[in-house]
Amino acid sequence: MMLEVRGLDAYYGETWVLRGVSFDLDQGHIRTLLGANGAGKTTILRALCGMVRTAGEIVFDGKKVAGWATEDIARLGVAHVPEGRGTFVRMTVEENLQLGAMTRRDRAGIAQDIERTYEQFPRLRERRTQQAGTLSGGEQQMLAVGRALMLRPRLLLLDEPSFGLAPLIVEELFAILRRINAETGVAMLIVEQNAALALELAEHAYLLETGRIVMHGPAAEIAADEGVRRSYLGY
Amino acid sequence: MTVQSEESVTVPTAPAVTDITVTRPGGLRVTARHLLIGAAVLVGLILPWMVQSFVMFQLTQVMIYGLAILGLNLLTGFNGQFSLGHSAFYGIGAYTAAILMSRYDMNYALTLPAAGGVCFIVGFLFGLPALRLQGLYLALATFALAIAMPQILKFHPLEGLTGGVQGLVVIQPDPPALLSFLSSDQWLYYFTLSVILVMFAAAANLVRSRTGRAIMAIRDHPIAAAATGINTAVYKTLTFGVSALYTGVAGALGALAVAFVAPDSFSFLLSVSFLVGLVIGGVGSIPGCLFGGLFVLYVPNIAESISTGLAGAIYGAILLLVIFVMPSGAAGFCRYAVAYIRRSRTPRNANQH
Amino acid sequence: MELLLQQVMAGLAAGSIYACMALSVVMIYQAIDHLNFAQGEMAMFSTFIAWQCMQWGLPYWLAFIVAVVVSFIGGVLIERVLFRPIHNAPVLSNLVAFIALYGILNSGAGYLWDFTIKQFPTPFGTKPIFANGLMDAHEAGMIGVTLVLLALLYVFFRGTRLGLAMRAAAANPESARLVGIRVGWMTALGWGMAAAIGAVAGMLIAPVVFLEPNMMLGVLLYGFAGAVLGGLTSPGGAVAGGFAVGVIENLAGTFIPYVGRELKLTIALILIVAVLMVRPSGLFGRNVVSRV
Repeated sequence: MMLEVRGLDAYYGETWVLRGVSFDLDQGHIRTLLGANGAGKTTILRALCGMVRTAGEIVFDGKKVAGWATEDIARLGVAHVPEGRGTFVRMTVEENLQLGAMTRRDRAGIAQDIERTYEQFPRLRERRTQQAGTLSGGEQQMLAVGRALMLRPRLLLLDEPSFGLAPLIVEELFAILRRINAETGVAMLIVEQNAALALELAEHAYLLETGRIVMHGPAAEIAADEGVRRSYLGY
Repeated sequence: MTVQSEESVTVPTAPAVTDITVTRPGGLRVTARHLLIGAAVLVGLILPWMVQSFVMFQLTQVMIYGLAILGLNLLTGFNGQFSLGHSAFYGIGAYTAAILMSRYDMNYALTLPAAGGVCFIVGFLFGLPALRLQGLYLALATFALAIAMPQILKFHPLEGLTGGVQGLVVIQPDPPALLSFLSSDQWLYYFTLSVILVMFAAAANLVRSRTGRAIMAIRDHPIAAAATGINTAVYKTLTFGVSALYTGVAGALGALAVAFVAPDSFSFLLSVSFLVGLVIGGVGSIPGCLFGGLFVLYVPNIAESISTGLAGAIYGAILLLVIFVMPSGAAGFCRYAVAYIRRSRTPRNANQH
Repeated sequence: MELLLQQVMAGLAAGSIYACMALSVVMIYQAIDHLNFAQGEMAMFSTFIAWQCMQWGLPYWLAFIVAVVVSFIGGVLIERVLFRPIHNAPVLSNLVAFIALYGILNSGAGYLWDFTIKQFPTPFGTKPIFANGLMDAHEAGMIGVTLVLLALLYVFFRGTRLGLAMRAAAANPESARLVGIRVGWMTALGWGMAAAIGAVAGMLIAPVVFLEPNMMLGVLLYGFAGAVLGGLTSPGGAVAGGFAVGVIENLAGTFIPYVGRELKLTIALILIVAVLMVRPSGLFGRNVVSRV
């Protein structure tokens, strides 16, 4: 089991945000975290990257990483595409991609991966010397995913990848994610408000409410269950 | 599919210390905060009879600096416009009072609104071009103002008015006939105290009003503020004016207290002092300004008394220590302490780690 | 016309000092996103260290290297010990920390080496370069060294991975951590580099303004002005800004009536502010386009 989370609590200052969250993610699989705003989905991803104060266990590749610094967790092969995309706005598209590969030493491999990114996201190639802050929302999202993949991660964390994007772009993006997972076997944990799309991509889903996992199961089952859909997913 | 049971957890809170209210007949709500302020004012009133006259003079200066720092706080703390130039407004206020008293024989009390008015206009006018400058660029512009002021005051052609390098002498006011039992130093203390009370109260009112909220909204998120219909340009320039007004009135009081104005007293170093006082007291805290004034008046002296050769180094070390212990100033520290007390009175959830 | 040219040359010579200082200022700004008000004092202290080494018998070049290395280490230490604990504190609190550092270094230097003026040697000699004595070897040397430093920095920041990492760490620390950059050490490295550059600036400036604890105050102010004028995002702009400030100050002093020594700084600053009104991000600063 690549990622095991047991009894995870998280705090923003004095506010207790996550309560006893437990889940697994195995190599190569895609799982999704669903729930309303404020349920704590983003917090789980931030907790996995050491960006919030936590209690409980997080085990990645057999190592206990709860309490580790963000950069050390990243160096283990965990790439996080954060809420808001986290683009280096003053740097060029190309520099953003190079930054994604900052912890790697293989120049040839990096150059190859940059090329591959441009193949996956042709729009970025056109803009490779542009300041990243001038790109549209959809392009920045693609850049953020591309940057994360430059790490050659074993685990890809995506926080609301569909946020603020037009539906067509979102579909394109999710298709690319499916393709990447098939080609490289990178595991993905996706936080999404767009439950329908997420349930199509993932094979297992967790539902969060006020900081707890209230339900989980195979994506197809959750998508098919009317009661669940109505109460938790809003459709 | 597994479903876990959910419970919503409510954490009961004990009423906070400052929320305790006592309702008296007639509907006057007295909070702990009011009691604290009342106690402070009372102490302020009887202090001159309890300390030596030199200490009382220093306390007068503390109040004056506190007022000047409040001016800076309104602009930087509440409105987010960074200023290194408040020594200039202080100087303008001081010189306005001095010139009006020595050359035009104006009554000392009237020089305060005059100084305030002049500084408001200057501040407002400075605020107009400042609209285009952000952060460090505004810092540089205000810095230019601070550097320029002593030079302007020494400027040869203006010497007739300003007294040039030698400055002007100001005659300390006598107490009014009704209070002739006070010495002029004591009268100055009470006069300053009353001005401080009025102006601090006005500032507190401003901050709590709609205008105050608009001003703070501009600081926190200028674009969103503008999007809600707040005319940021008007508010920003007016805040500049009011901020200058406050510091200018402090300058006028300073002129009365020291009985003398000279160009080099209003250098950039004074701006630095105000800034230090602002931060130590607590940015965005009104009572903090007085603590800041206390700090910048006394601590340099303390440092000097420990070692004249290393006075600057000791002052720096003390500053660092204070920043380490109270990064958000005295006010931030008090907030933290109050929150800590509230937390420890709150019964904790059973599953607490 | 002859006078104008003379004053421009003199301004450039003086400006080389400010350019060097401005470069140091922008360097640290790029690394830590703050203006370091104690930069001048750090440079002054480094110069004293070099002077002390020479008093102890070391040749100039060795003292130079020692001062630069010690300054680098000192800069790293100051960041780790003083500024790292308060990096989460509000910006203004950090500002007060800079002010504190200024006081400590200034007072410390005065205590250790007193306030009498000392001579500081120049490796370039003082022979005039041009026939009419507008510029001597040292001034030319200053300009040369500043430009070389600038070129090296440009190559470092734009062309190396470490430089890119440092820029990223300063611009967006959270995202930098997410790609595995050790942001804390990048910041410390930035401080070390800025301190080292400051040491070079100090050792170039001291022969002209003479070595004493307060020697850098005016220079730092002009350096800031130059950096802001050039636009804080651009080392090249900072150098250009520094030169420009030197020229402006000199021309203002010569051609505007009533302007004596004291008013030169004021006039220079006013002109700079005027430039900023027209171009709020400085002459060469990149306007950061950010989406709301």
